[in-house]
Amino acid sequence: MGDFIVWLVWIGAAVACVGSGVLVISFQNPFFSAIALIGNLASLAVLYLLLSAEFVAAAQVLVYAGAVVVMFLFVIAYLGGQADAPWAGRQTWTLYAAAIAAGAILIEVVMAVGLATSDRLTDEARIEESFGSPAEIGRLFLADHLLAFEVTSIVLLVAAVGGVILGAHSRRADERA
Amino acid sequence: MRGPDVTWYLALAGTLFATGALGVLLRRSPLIVLLSLEIMLNGANLALIAFARSLGDGSGQIFALAVMAVAASEVVVGLGLIVAMARRNLELDVDEMTTLRG
Repeated sequence: MGDFIVWLVWIGAAVACVGSGVLVISFQNPFFSAIALIGNLASLAVLYLLLSAEFVAAAQVLVYAGAVVVMFLFVIAYLGGQADAPWAGRQTWTLYAAAIAAGAILIEVVMAVGLATSDRLTDEARIEESFGSPAEIGRLFLADHLLAFEVTSIVLLVAAVGGVILGAHSRRADERA
Repeated sequence: MRGPDVTWYLALAGTLFATGALGVLLRRSPLIVLLSLEIMLNGANLALIAFARSLGDGSGQIFALAVMAVAASEVVVGLGLIVAMARRNLELDVDEMTTLRG
């Protein structure tokens, strides 16, 4: 019975995930695309919970839905009508070429994973109750992956500096104009 | 683990990645290209977390969190570029951006 419910939740989340992903790339108005991305991120958070990654699921909602999408909506509102985008390439062949390229990427990923793992994927590791909990993530970050933790902080700092510099430059361009 | 195998999660992750790639290749608005990039990164994140669960190793989750930080940084710089372009009255169209001249 528990298995059945997990499958039900998984199928619902997977359909919502792919459906909202398709909506993100098909809306003409970027505002609706950003809203559809929230659905995509929320259904992914459900999948993360099914994979017993509680902390990542919470971080997903906080970082993406809370910060990234809000920033997108802010910029879309700032740009106003300028943000409205024509849908696709100028020629129809670009549409077919893009579809073929995306399909090729999908097949390549499936082949690479399939060939590398063959039938070892069904092996299931036993995990402890604490797997994926904030305490466990914190221990991993500060004990095993301290370098990744510090490098991440530098990346965020550089991005913040880059954002400020880009803003200051475009303001100077405004004054010249 | 109850419910679907890791293979199902991988198939979903690949589909998400291909959806995002289609958006990046197809759309001309840099805003939608950035949103599609987020979908691609999330597809990769899902695969990382599925493998972390199936191998019982938390390092995959750490990697996924690092990917999230990189995605946030990318959005900051990308949106900064878009706002700078809009202020210079450039058309927001990736096909039009053919030079790097300031």
